[in-house]
Parts: sequence; C-alpha cells; structure tokens
Amino acid sequence: MANLATPSDNLLDIRNLRIEAKVYPPGEEPRNITLVHDVSLTLKKGKVLGLIGESGAGKSTIGLSSLGYGRGGVRITGGQVFINGRDILTSGKSGIRKLRGREVCYVAQSAAAAFNPAHRLMDQVVEASLLHGTGTRAQAEKRAVALFKKLSLPDPENIGKRFPHQVSGGQLQRVMTAMALCSEPDLIVFDEPTTALDVTTQIDVLAAIKDAIRDTGVAALYITHDLAVVAQVSDEIMVLRHGRLVEWGGTRQIIKEPRQEYTNQLVSVHEITHEEQKPGTTPFLSVKNVTAAYGGGAVKVLKNVSVDIYPGQTLAVVGESGSGKSTLARAVTGLLPPLEGNVTFAGRPLANRLADRTKDDLRQLQMIYQMADVAMNPRQTVGTIIGRPLEFYFGMRGKQRDARVAELLDKIEMGKGFIDRYPAELSGGQKQRVCIARALAAKPKLIICDEVTSALDPLVAHGILELLLELQKEEQVAYLFITHDLATVKSIADSIAVMYRGEVVRYGSKSEVLKPPFDAYTELLLSSVPEMEIGWLEKAIKGRRMESAGN
Amino acid sequence: MAPILKLIAQRLALGVLLLLAVSVLIFAGTQILPGDVAQSILGQSATPQALANLREAMGLNDPAYVRYFKWLGGVLTGDLGTALSSGQDIATSIKGRLWNTLFLAFWAAIVSVPLAIILGLLAVRYRNGFVDKLISGLALASTSLPEFLIGYVLVFFFAVKLQWFPGISTVYEGMPFGQRMQAIALPATALTLVVLAHMMRMTRAAILNVMQSAYVETAELKGLSAFNVIRKHAFPNAIAPIINVVMLNLAFLIVGVVVVEVIFVYPGMGQYLVDHVAKRDVPVVQAVGLIFAAVYIGLNIIADIAAIIANPRLRHPK
Amino acid sequence: MLSLTRIPLGAVIGLIFTTLFLLTAIFAPLIAPYGLGEIVGQVWEPSSANFLLGTDNLGRDLLSRMIYGARTTIFIAVLATALSFSLGSILGFTAAVVGGWFDMIMSRFVDLLMAIPTLIFALVVLSVLPTNIFVLIMVMGILDSTRVYRLSRAVAVDINVMDFVEAAKLRGEGRRWIIFREILPNALSPLVSELGLRFIYSVLLLSALSFLGLGVQPPAADWGGMVKENKDGIVFGIPAALIPAAAIAALAISVNLVADWVLNRTTDLKGGRGNG
Repeated sequence: MANLATPSDNLLDIRNLRIEAKVYPPGEEPRNITLVHDVSLTLKKGKVLGLIGESGAGKSTIGLSSLGYGRGGVRITGGQVFINGRDILTSGKSGIRKLRGREVCYVAQSAAAAFNPAHRLMDQVVEASLLHGTGTRAQAEKRAVALFKKLSLPDPENIGKRFPHQVSGGQLQRVMTAMALCSEPDLIVFDEPTTALDVTTQIDVLAAIKDAIRDTGVAALYITHDLAVVAQVSDEIMVLRHGRLVEWGGTRQIIKEPRQEYTNQLVSVHEITHEEQKPGTTPFLSVKNVTAAYGGGAVKVLKNVSVDIYPGQTLAVVGESGSGKSTLARAVTGLLPPLEGNVTFAGRPLANRLADRTKDDLRQLQMIYQMADVAMNPRQTVGTIIGRPLEFYFGMRGKQRDARVAELLDKIEMGKGFIDRYPAELSGGQKQRVCIARALAAKPKLIICDEVTSALDPLVAHGILELLLELQKEEQVAYLFITHDLATVKSIADSIAVMYRGEVVRYGSKSEVLKPPFDAYTELLLSSVPEMEIGWLEKAIKGRRMESAGN
Repeated sequence: MAPILKLIAQRLALGVLLLLAVSVLIFAGTQILPGDVAQSILGQSATPQALANLREAMGLNDPAYVRYFKWLGGVLTGDLGTALSSGQDIATSIKGRLWNTLFLAFWAAIVSVPLAIILGLLAVRYRNGFVDKLISGLALASTSLPEFLIGYVLVFFFAVKLQWFPGISTVYEGMPFGQRMQAIALPATALTLVVLAHMMRMTRAAILNVMQSAYVETAELKGLSAFNVIRKHAFPNAIAPIINVVMLNLAFLIVGVVVVEVIFVYPGMGQYLVDHVAKRDVPVVQAVGLIFAAVYIGLNIIADIAAIIANPRLRHPK
Repeated sequence: MLSLTRIPLGAVIGLIFTTLFLLTAIFAPLIAPYGLGEIVGQVWEPSSANFLLGTDNLGRDLLSRMIYGARTTIFIAVLATALSFSLGSILGFTAAVVGGWFDMIMSRFVDLLMAIPTLIFALVVLSVLPTNIFVLIMVMGILDSTRVYRLSRAVAVDINVMDFVEAAKLRGEGRRWIIFREILPNALSPLVSELGLRFIYSVLLLSALSFLGLGVQPPAADWGGMVKENKDGIVFGIPAALIPAAAIAALAISVNLVADWVLNRTTDLKGGRGNG
C-alpha cells in the first residue's frame, strides 16, 4: 500500500498532517488542542518554500515535522511525511536519527541559544557530518571552511576555533547555516533565521543564506512572519493561519495577485495613508543638546541630541539596537536625568529629574510600552488601570469616572464589557489598546510610544497604528514614536530623527529625511528594509556603501 | 586564563574575609549574655573575690575587642584555648572528634552523591512518569522529616528488631576498619537519607534546565542518540550546576551531623558541641562553631569556583 | 471563586490535618484525658484503653502529653514565624524600594548571618543565653528572618523594575501607592507560600533544639523534648519516642502540602482572578 502512495520526484511530501498538543491550563483539566489541521505540501529538490503566518499559525510546528520532531508536548497524530520517498513517521527512532542531520537540517531563530556554549564552533559544525559518516574530519572541516567563506564570515580559516559567545549574533546565524549545510543535506528548515537581528544585519544574513541555497542546490523550508523577507528567498509561498492552509502559490502570484482576503491583508499591511503635516512655527517640546549616560557618566548613550516636537504631530525616532533611541525617551520622561542639556516644555525648561516635576507636567507626558503585558499591573482590572489616571489627575470618582472609562474604551474600539477584565484575559492587541487608553485618560499633549508595535503580529500592529493616527486627529495629541522599523515610520511620521550610536545623524520632516541624497547610515538603513518586491535583495546589496553594524 | 585566575583569587579572598567576619559574629554571639563566663563557671554562690580572681586569670577585664584579637591570634596559631568544664586543651580534644565526624560525613557523601545524581537523572528520563512523581513525593516528605525520626526508625528496626547493626555507634582509636564501618552504618544511612531527597530534587531541576535548552534541541536535530545528546551536550553544561547542588547539600549535611551524632552517641564534633553548649562552656562552643562555619563557607566557595571554572565564557574570554 | 472540587487531593489532606493540629493546640486542656505532668501509670506501658498511646518514661499518659506538646510546639513555632516574617518582609521590602546604603548594609549583614548554618549559630548563642521560651522565639525568629528578607527583597526588586511600576512612577504616584497597590498585591502569593515553609522550618528547628536538650525545658514539653525523654526506650524496643517524632513529620508534611499548592497555583504574575 505504502508503495503505491510513494511520490516520485518530490523531495518532501507532507500529506494531511495533523499535529496536537496537550495543554495544562492552570486549575483546569489538561486537554488536547490541535495545532495543525490536515495540512499538505510538496517540495521539489533544490526549491525553496516559504511558510508564512502570524504567531500560532503552526508554521514552525510544520517545519519541525519534516525532521520528525515535536517541541515540548507536541505530537504528530495524523498524516504522512515523505522524505526522498520514505514515510519518516513510520521509520522508527533509528530511522529518524539517520534522517536528522543527514537528509534534513535545521537552522533556529536564535543561533546564540542553539549553539552549545561549552564547545568550539568547528566541533559543532562538523558534528553531524562525522556522526553520519559523510567524510573524514579533515574533509568535513574543509567543507566547513569553504562554507564559512561562502557565507562571507570574517577569517573563515579560524572562526571555527572560537566559542559561540566570542562571535556576534549575525555571524553566529551564518555559522549555523554553515552547520546545516556542512553535512550536505537535501533539505534545510530555516526557522525565522533573521528575525532576531537588526535590519542592517538581517539583509547580509539573508543574502548569504540565499547564495548558499543557490550554490549548493539544497531545498529549503523558510519559515517567517515577514512576507517581504520570504519573497526574497522563496520560489513558492504558503500562507497559514491557525494551523490551516490559507493559500499556496508561486511567490509572484502571492505578493502580486493574492487570491485570499487574508493574504491580501498581509500583503497590504504597511499601506497606511497618512498625509505629512508641515511643522508648525513653535514646537511645544524641545530636546536641547541632551547628553545622557548610564553608570554615573561612564557610558554615554546619548550625545548632544536635539529634536523638536510640534503639537498634534508625530516625531519618529528610528535606529537599531544600541542607537540610544529608548534612552532618549527616558531622558524626556525624567527617568534618566541628562548630564548636559535640557528639555523645554511650552517654552519653559522642564525639571530634569522625575521627582522634581509638577503633577501637571507629568500628566502632559504619557508613555506606552513595547510589552503591554508587563506594562499593566496583573492584579488590577482594566477599569482600575484606565480609571487611576482619571482619579489621580482629575479627582474623578464613582459614576463620573466609570462613564469616562467607558468612553475611553469606546475610543479604543473595545466595549464596556472589558471594564472588569484582568490583563491576562486580553489578547496582545487588546492589551496594547488598554495601555493607549490609560495614556489618553490623562489628556496629555505628548505620548511617548516605545516600540509599541514590535511585539505584535503585523495585522494587529497595523490596527494599533491606525488607531493611533485616528486618535491623533481627534485629540490633537503628539507622538514621540520610537521604533526600529522604517516601514512603520514611513506610514505615520511627520518628522523623523535617525539615530546611530547615540547621535542624531539625520533629522527633518519626513519628506526631507526620505529624499536623497542620503548620508551613509541613513542610506544603509533605508536600503535594508525589505520591500515586497522580487529581486529587491540583489538590488539592495549591490547599491550599498557602508558595512552593517553586525560586521 | 588570567581573568579566570583573578576571579578565583577574588572568590578565595572574599571567603577569607567572610570567615573573619563570621569569627567576629561568633565571638559577639557569645558576648550577648548578662553576666560573664566567670559567673557561669563559679555559679551564683561565688564570692566576689573568687570571681575577681578568675576574671583576672582569664583576662576577662580586658575590653571585648582585645579579647577577640587574643582569641583570633590563638585560633590562627592552632591554639583554641582550654575547655572551662574540664580544663583540657580544646585543640587536642577536637582532633580525634573532627576526624570521626569527617569519616562519617565522608561515607554519607560517598553514598548519597552518586545515588542522588542517578535518581535525579532517572527522574528526568521518566519525567512526569511514575518514578518522577514518586521521587518528588519522597523529596517533599523528606524535607519535612526531622533527623531524629529517620535516626530512631533506623535504630528501632535495624538495631533493635533485626539486630543487624549496633544502635549506639561506639568508635575508638585503633578500631579495625570493618568494625568501624559497621558502627557507622546506621548514622551514615540516616545522614544519607537526610540529604538525599533534597539533593535529588535539585539535581533534577539542574539537569532539566539544561535538557530544555535550545542547544540540546540542536543536538537532537543532528540525529544524535539520546545517550550522546546527554554525554556530549547536556553533561558539560550540567556539571557546574550539579557540583553546586552537591556542595550546598554537603553543607546541609553538616547541620544534620549534629543531631545524628547525638542520636547515635557518636563521638564527633556535633556531640562535642551539644555537650558543651549545655555546660555553657563558651571557649569550646566558639571553637567548634567556628570550625563548622569554616567548613560550610569552604564548601560554598568550592561550589562557586566550580561554577567559574565550568563557565566557557570565563575560560575563553572574548 | 474558590471551588473546593478544584483543590488537589494532596492539598485537601494537608488542609484537613493542618486544621486538626491547630484545633488540638488551641483546645488542648479540653481534649487531653490527663494532666500534663500527672503520673498515672507504670513506666512505658503499652497502648491500652486507658492510655491510647501508652505511657512515657515517667509513667505519664503519652496522649495527653502529645496534645499539650502540640500546643507548645505550635505556639512557639507560630510566634517565631510571625517574628521572622514581619521582620524579614518589612526590612526586605524597604531595602528593595529605598535601595542605596540601607539596602547595601542590610544585605551584607544578612549574607554574613547566612554564612553560618542556623542550627550552629543558634547553639552558639544559646550557650550563653538563658533557656526560656521568650529567648527561643527571639533567636529562632531573628535567625530565620534572614531567609524571609532575601526572598521578599528579591521579589520586590523584580517587581520594582517592571514597566507597570515605572508607569506608576511616571504618573507621579507616591511611595505608598507603589508599595501597597502595585508591588504588594503581586508579591503576596510567593510570600504566603513562603510563610508555610518558614513555619515548617521553625517547627523542625525547635524540635531539633529541644531534642538536643537546649529548647523547651522540662517539665513543660514540646514534641522534640518528648523524643528526648523517651529515646532511651528505643533500645528496649519501646517505640514511644517515635510517636512525637512522627507527629512533627505529620505536621510538617501537612503544611508543606498546603504551601506547595499555594505556590503552584500562583508561581507566575499572570493570573488576576481567583487568587487576589
């Protein structure tokens, strides 16, 4: 029977895959949930299939099933997985062990965690080759060095002698790719390999992976939540949602002519129409020549930074990790008093220290955080969370307060029914909305948004951005919008400050900042943001003038 | 290698400093009573003249810090003073007893450490299974058991009912090894049981922590067998936490030894300490207390140094 | 809402036995068939209708002494725990929120105290202090407060750096609101479970001290002291000493089961409902 079903030319053939897991909700009986519902896919030799979807779509789970592996309590309960014509699910433990590291290899999201800290890189890179007997140690090491070279790692002859902690994150991700390629497998599963990297590093790693795939002729499953990234490396794309197949087609078809509404939403996610407002005559908040440092002046993280914010407008501060953008927010709020320079508000200087500011000054500056779930006290209800600023700043009590809370909930498109909920009972997007309502409750002039959408799935993030823009129109509130994501900046900013190593390297209205000629860093940053365009990657790499920070 | 040596040297220096501070604390702890040592030696009926003479003779008229430095000077040169109750030299009395206690603790450790590690591994291997649940149940129970319950149950069954081992562990100098082993069989078992469950539970947690790391998954996805995953990838990283667990539990063992020695009337440091606390023999209590504290601190330092040595980030700095 | 059916079996057993022990301690004079020091029979009589658990080394009714012993043991352990807990948590919280030199000095001092095993240091101090219940409670409470200090400081420090506390500080809230409304509700569950563990530790430490003859002094008796009184019977095959020893274990296990359950229910900061 099995022979009849054996496919001929497909390297990977997954049929009606069903994956379940046992969950243990606190205080309830453990129960089974289905993560993947009857998904089928095929992949030919040397081709790349992108698996895309939001968190919980089951994409990693499907990817790992091609190695016969389930993370945690995850079990494959139905369907067949053929690799090179063999059903691996029936091949037993030793059969699966022969497959892993030989025919199929895996590249994890966080290479920093996936490498054993106790062993040198080379030992780990050649381990699978030696285990499966695909060459002597010398041959395997030679192959590894060649791969290091191909992946443009610095000092390819010697990098293998290092330990994982001695190598940067972007390089480690490439070493992991080399490790997967070293035993010359037929298929590699890439599980969000560039998600944890900064944009300018991501593009290098992406290009390196793409070249390596092309040159070695290996097939790949490329898992990511970023459609623009997957469009660069894949031949075909499969869109998944809640463990079910939404759409599967060639890359061009998916990004140019999506057939399903959900795919269409994913494709058009960054398209927010926002007309740039011209800067007014007088800014209400100015950051003037601020220098700030941690450790009593030891590490300067902000150097002579000056920016202005105009009423009802959005200043986006953009930069990579370590650029000082979040520190700028801490200096403005008074959490980290500047060493030099000051912040003026409505024409008068604002006290540097939080403790010295008046209650009204505090009210005028509100903040929204990246991680909404730790930004709310888990023991307070939504009613208390939103109601407290009303009480605290305006002395509202009882019915008056409740009415205002209901009004605010309405503004963030959540109903009155949420008043008695606890944060743990809300979804990620709802949590962030409640945080927005809490900030709005103070009727501030400025809201500082610190990476408010980067922990959210694209569609949810899109909803939050639209809400913020709408609230800006209604309430005339200004935003200081801190982000690493240029696509977001393009959608909502009126003016932009680009930060690099603690300094503002480019600052002006959106149209000015985004108009050439650029300085080297801004160009690097702009050219590194993946665009949903086939062939973008090659173009971007060719036009680069500056090395990314990861190298 | 230089930074790692520096770290170890720092840790050792810190240990010495801590030991000094502990000696101050122990000395101060014996100075908080109303009245003084002379009073407690001679009793309430002593004449003022006799008290004054004894104080003079013992140097009790000096301020506390002078007496502390005299005491510390003595300790550093191996002179622990004389016992008030018997007039004997403390260092001489301690020598044999310290050896006895170390002998007992050594055998308890030899049995309990490998046993705890093996059982901890088993618990991880059969996680959430019957063995694991049994082990964690026993661990929960055993942290609640007083040492003397374990001790007397052993005596009741193995010494009284079955008469396999003596219920009182008499040892003397020059005792043949076999007899000595038989004498300490029950107290060593009791000590083993006192620390075993806790050590097992902590070993299990340490191994589990390593087994759930991403690099173990990587190894599994390379096709390594379960045994090789553990041997090549889990073990090198688990060794530091396990040494840590072992050292911490050997430190528990020190406390257990006090009660166990009293149960089995074993002539060791614990028995010696308890006797002299009852006799209010302050010099002995100070000396023995300091030795116990020193061993305890020493074990903790070993645990820290093991962790430093096992950390590849420190062994191979950037 | 707390529904009884959702409590696991172990915790139910623990709750029942803990309650029984507490009731026994409270109503000891009403329950005990004989007086505390009353000599009513021969030495070490076996169990009989008159003496359910037999008699002790002086011919006193063992059951009656067990009941009074429950009272002494639990009374001292409760007071010592209350002391260690209030001292440790107040200082720990203050150290976490105030920080600076206060935190520095307190934490180093606690490190120093913890560098000596508790039993050893208790013995050192008891070698010069008079042995009475007040001293026992003070010594046990103060020495054990170091652990409570460490835990409550660590918990408070963790919560203190979370974004929701920062949000409250940015709002301009005072220290009172931050400690009582933001930090305390989130620190409560680990502390409650720690309360159980500290109580067990107090019971075990007290029993060990009394067993060594340095705790509760005769004619009063706690369970540890009763083990000491009757231990000589063991070599004659008389298990009287095992009964108080087993009672200590039973009390400790019951409280442990309850504490374990409390801890397991609330290890994370997620839940808002049902455990406030």
